[in-house]
Amino acid sequence: MKQMPAKSEIKALTGAEAAAEAMRQIQPDVVPEYPITPQTQIVEVYSQFVADGIVDSEIVRCESEHSVMSVAMGASVAGARVMTATSSQGLAFMFEPVFIAPSLRLPIVMNIVNRALSGPINIHCDHSDGMAIRDSGWIQLYSENAQEAYEHTIMAVRIAEHPDVQLPVAINQDGFITSHALVNVEIIDDKIVKDFVGVRKPAFSLLDAEKPLSVGMLDFYDYFFEHKKQTFDAMERSRRIIREVFDAFAKITGKKYDMAEKYRCDDAEHIIVAMSSACGIIKDVVDELRGQGKKVGLLRIRVFRPFPEVEVAQALRKAKAVIILERASGFGSYSPIYNETTAALYHYPQKPKMVNYVFGLGGRNFGKSDARKLFEELEKIEGEFLDEKNKLRYLGVRE
Amino acid sequence: MVDIKEFAKREVKLVGGHRLCAGCPAPTIAKLAMMASDKPVIASNATGCLEVSTTIYPYTAWKTPWIHTAFENTAANISGVEAAFHALQRKGLIEQSKGFRFMAIGGDGGTYDIGLQSLSGAIERGHKFVYVCYDNEAYSNTGIQRSSATPLFANTTTDPTGHVRKGKQELRKNFTEIMVAHNMKYVAQASLSNIQDFIMKMEKAFKYTDETATFVNVVSPCVPGWGIRDGDAVMMSKLAVDTCFWPLYEVEDGIYKLNYNPEATGQKKPIIEFLKNQGRFKELLKPENSELIARFQQDVDERWEKLKKKCGV
Repeated sequence: MKQMPAKSEIKALTGAEAAAEAMRQIQPDVVPEYPITPQTQIVEVYSQFVADGIVDSEIVRCESEHSVMSVAMGASVAGARVMTATSSQGLAFMFEPVFIAPSLRLPIVMNIVNRALSGPINIHCDHSDGMAIRDSGWIQLYSENAQEAYEHTIMAVRIAEHPDVQLPVAINQDGFITSHALVNVEIIDDKIVKDFVGVRKPAFSLLDAEKPLSVGMLDFYDYFFEHKKQTFDAMERSRRIIREVFDAFAKITGKKYDMAEKYRCDDAEHIIVAMSSACGIIKDVVDELRGQGKKVGLLRIRVFRPFPEVEVAQALRKAKAVIILERASGFGSYSPIYNETTAALYHYPQKPKMVNYVFGLGGRNFGKSDARKLFEELEKIEGEFLDEKNKLRYLGVRE
Repeated sequence: MVDIKEFAKREVKLVGGHRLCAGCPAPTIAKLAMMASDKPVIASNATGCLEVSTTIYPYTAWKTPWIHTAFENTAANISGVEAAFHALQRKGLIEQSKGFRFMAIGGDGGTYDIGLQSLSGAIERGHKFVYVCYDNEAYSNTGIQRSSATPLFANTTTDPTGHVRKGKQELRKNFTEIMVAHNMKYVAQASLSNIQDFIMKMEKAFKYTDETATFVNVVSPCVPGWGIRDGDAVMMSKLAVDTCFWPLYEVEDGIYKLNYNPEATGQKKPIIEFLKNQGRFKELLKPENSELIARFQQDVDERWEKLKKKCGV
């Protein structure tokens, strides 16, 4: 049996409850919220914590997600630690302020419970919502399960607020599959979490009449580019900070995380690259096939932004064939991680054949048989000639 | 009565050097509004003329904490600042000072139209801030496009006067009444032409934020938008008041009060006096369009009579 770190307890929680549990331990100053399926449970549980006097946060019950992110920005500029949550249409509705928050360098932390973007309307999981903000300037983590949603939420606060970063962080988890499934979650002691996240120490605050700030000024071509560059640089610096926070977290939990998780990849000839809940299933199938002597592995992207280019290239470059499996499509191109992964490998002389599989849109189920089929495909892909006609494939879609 | 000489000695928090049009009343509205506050003001500003012209990086005309993030969300921004203030004060994370007054300010586009939802939500949630609308009756910052505050028959670039259509065909939104419906402690309409009245209203509006959000709507004649001379904004404000196009009234704790009745003082003027000096109504002055002026007058009269009833006049 795996040894548990000191002072933790097991609670039966859904992924949404696990995120709310992390928020309870963090006790953010301000929580603007608006309900949307399948995120709603996070703000419901947190609102109950407030109603019961368990936490001392200002909840701002907004009339829309646009206002949620706008309240978040106002509160964060004022020096508050701010957390919120959303999904799909809610993220789409706050799209405008989502891009402003990183430019103001505001360390807002937001759980995104991934759900397909309309249309057609559908409440179930895919990553089209998360991918819509991929170039927004938010640091983005994807959680395999409720445990990680909980842990990522705690770590996100330290990453976001680090003086060298000062960027918002989104923690993604799969809608329903993770957010609504009741599982055992190992909860760290409250005091340990409190000490781990500390108190936000903003460099500037709007709540100072003696040193008045003007925040969000008009920025023309003479300065705009330099200011954007500062945000690009902060995102680059965040790679180091993310690793430092992962290391600090390992000290309290014994769990060592990387930006991309290599699961039995070291000598693997056939690898699937994926994110989030599908990876649990793929890991089971990797174990099964390894038992049959097949050299297969999984590379799971944990941190999608900043993209762990070097880790991905190192993990894949010696493989013979790779499937990039994504719950998102790229109309008129490949899905996002396929483009990122092929770019990461371009300069390596030795690289695998790579095929882009789109799967699970709108919550279409993904099971072990699907994972087995993909590993069978990988054996064929190794010998295939790949061009624009067969690089992009759809898993299980009826023609 | 406010002692104007004493009032003028108060610290100015929006200073000159900004790039608003010559003769624009918006910065004067913002400046006087903040001077009426008994505590330091934290200002939130919707995208618009006032915002773009006063904060061109690296210069700012604001000597008070100021935030802008987008067009439609200034009320949500100030909600967040106010919520943070309460949370941090409760947790002892900020020094106890004499506190702040919170103010959001936007034009009619950012208030009547795109910002209505976030403003309505912020008021309903009980955030304690003053919202000041400088109503110049169009999207002036982008070159005078029609808004829901644009008056009947006004010429704008998106609802222009042409051979068959004579400018805006719809009545302007009665936004102050929408605000009254939110059950705030204080809602008022004001004008720079009646400066004592304006300052008194801003003082009340700030003080009542001890209890609820408050709202003050201020007419803001736009030099290029209205087609007026750059020294005429206050005169046009006065004509708006004296023709009863822009009545000065307040709703204090639900009680309507008409602050100035031009009928009672014999100052009431026909609407043509307001329309005739404005380029945007040029078409109306043609003899063949006299019916349109009558229609305009009818709308002003109807609104005025309704308001008088509410005010018990």
